[in-house]
Amino acid sequence: MMGATVGGGLAHVSGLSNLIQPAVAEELAARQKRVLIFFLAGGVSQLESWDPKPNTDTGGPFRAIPTSVPGIHISELLPLTAQQMHRLNLVRGVNTAEDDHGKGAVFMETGRRDSPAQRYPALGSVVSRLVAPPTMALPGYVHIQPGGGGVNKADAAFLGPKFASITIGNGQPPAYLLRPGDLTPAADQQRNDVRLKANQRFTARRRTAETEAYSASYEQARQLVERADVFDVTKEPPQDQERYGSHDFGRHCLLARRLLEQGLTCVKVTHTNYDSHSENFDFHIEQLGEFDRPFATLIDDLAQRGMLDSTLVVVMSEFGRTPNINHLFGRDHWSKAWSVALAGCGMQKGAVIGKTNDNGTAVVDREVDARNLFHTYLRALGVDSTANYPGLNRPIPIGDPAGDAIQELLA
Amino acid sequence: MTDEQPAPPVPDPAQVRQIKEFKHNRPLFACRIDRTGRFAFTGAQDNLVVRWELDGDKKLEFAGQESWVRGMAFQPAGDLLASGDYAGRLCAWRWAADAAAPPVYSVAAHQGWLRAVAASPDGATFATCGNDRFVRLWNAADGKLLRELAGHESHVYNVAFHPGGGQLASCDLKGVVKHWDLSSGAAVRQLDGSVLWKYDAGFHADIGGARGMAFSGDGAWLACAGVTEVTNAFAGVGNAAVALFDWVTGERKQVLRPKDNFQGVAWSVAFHPAGFIAVVAGGQHGGALWFFRLDQPNPFFAFKLPADARDLALHPDGLRLAIAHSDGALRLYDISPKPAA
Repeated sequence: MMGATVGGGLAHVSGLSNLIQPAVAEELAARQKRVLIFFLAGGVSQLESWDPKPNTDTGGPFRAIPTSVPGIHISELLPLTAQQMHRLNLVRGVNTAEDDHGKGAVFMETGRRDSPAQRYPALGSVVSRLVAPPTMALPGYVHIQPGGGGVNKADAAFLGPKFASITIGNGQPPAYLLRPGDLTPAADQQRNDVRLKANQRFTARRRTAETEAYSASYEQARQLVERADVFDVTKEPPQDQERYGSHDFGRHCLLARRLLEQGLTCVKVTHTNYDSHSENFDFHIEQLGEFDRPFATLIDDLAQRGMLDSTLVVVMSEFGRTPNINHLFGRDHWSKAWSVALAGCGMQKGAVIGKTNDNGTAVVDREVDARNLFHTYLRALGVDSTANYPGLNRPIPIGDPAGDAIQELLA
Repeated sequence: MTDEQPAPPVPDPAQVRQIKEFKHNRPLFACRIDRTGRFAFTGAQDNLVVRWELDGDKKLEFAGQESWVRGMAFQPAGDLLASGDYAGRLCAWRWAADAAAPPVYSVAAHQGWLRAVAASPDGATFATCGNDRFVRLWNAADGKLLRELAGHESHVYNVAFHPGGGQLASCDLKGVVKHWDLSSGAAVRQLDGSVLWKYDAGFHADIGGARGMAFSGDGAWLACAGVTEVTNAFAGVGNAAVALFDWVTGERKQVLRPKDNFQGVAWSVAFHPAGFIAVVAGGQHGGALWFFRLDQPNPFFAFKLPADARDLALHPDGLRLAIAHSDGALRLYDISPKPAA
């Protein structure tokens, strides 16, 4: 089952960089696959973003603008993103048939429909388990979001808490990351040595999955403390902080770039909120106005740094929004015909897969759902998504066997 | 026998009733009535300006806008109607034309949404405002830019000329009302309309702005219509309200609102020459028309509308008013006393 993973032998790149020549480090960096997920919480409107229908009864007030790919138009709310279209792909035929926020998010992130019988791991946790180098000091899956931080064990499901997401609340480093000022490094090391001895004695007789996870988490946390500066976005050049913008989402995107550059395998950035049942158009001006520049800047930076070819980028929501405009100028939940944007990791560039009808109410060509997308993500990362997870005591397929990858996207 | 004409009927808002309906195929967004009372013009969730003959059934469509039309204003004594759309385009039309014709001029007036248009009392100037945070003044005759008024720090939702001339008011998303002196182009003071604004921390977004804005005929009062006490911006949970300012002191004197804390947005406000204020709103439970007195925070009469109201226009006879609805209907209402049975 080792064939299901890639890059397992790669040590952390920046850790190696002192030992190996820059050219080799670059090659290793290029081979290490990474994932960057943008989750537009609440459900971004496909009509105000990736699949505009101007001058129709459902189209809303915005115009469609040309992009860097002749023939592809997106909403005028994404002018800078439009200039990155030659690096992006649009999947315009998504039909997930799930209009509930929670269930929609589960379907999109796990590639499986939400079920009380079995919870499956989210993409970030799967990547942390199957793609992240085992020797990585940093967590495999970091989630940057507004609000609070912590660890979301539910993300990892049966993979275990080691592969759960660590949430960076509002871009702030994990709690207690910095060593207290009155604790010297020597005293800290001495303390850790005592802990290790006690731990070894305990696990020699009572070793369980829980003690393994505890030890792994503690060790990861200890190594994380050594790399505390990884989470400090103020270490980025001032001109970059200006390019990304001073608002929270700009800082979060710059932090995502920093984490990916430091070798972290999966970063999810949540941008909130798009659940515009009322005044959809005003709110999409505000939210996508904030999204456009940092997103386009990050795509451009990844490309310029040679990282986009090894980094899978996904822009998803739990669903799209209704073509029908309600009496409050809002759009409601709509999962029957919406869009996801993808980029990088050797996939096609500037492709549009799938099509909706003239006013966006239905998919008319190449309909896909979250299962197809999940297989596609993993295939792009070099993972055989039809295989079973390694190391479990029962066979569980990585991707839902009812779906398959969108081959047209895979180069 | 004398030569005296009978006194015109005094409006009685409590007797309001619908007398006519004009149906468009898209939700309406704006309405105005010309000074002769012959035509109503509407903007809708399409790119058209539509003329309706109030005493007949003729409908004429004027094409040339590039997005939804929200802002409209007639020259008080001229032959032009100015309209502005969400593509930022300002157009001027000969409103009494026999047939639909291209705009007299069409100007790229704002980057992004053009939210409102107003005409100066002398008819020489149109004012526009929009999401680019500017207020701009245009020569009404030819659409040439006269002046740009900068200073708002968020989307500018509305603009209104003071009836005395020489002054202009504008209101932005955050309820900042600026008083502009038109001879110098300077913002001379700022009024606090923040009662009509909320940053919804749960959704990370602002909601607010003057959806409707009007001066009283004597210039003593300024009214800004919108939404207050928002508890859930994205579900439209807030209360329709009108902030009423004493223009001389700049003090907010009242927040006009219905007794039932109507959930929704007040989209338009108008001062009736008889001394009362008409307000229309739309929200979770449909539309409403309210009539307020200046010195009372609650309406003296409330009337339920068949659909959400988006705009209101008084007829020059003072006895009728037109309301643009979300169901595509422009409805004409009579507020004259009902004839005795």
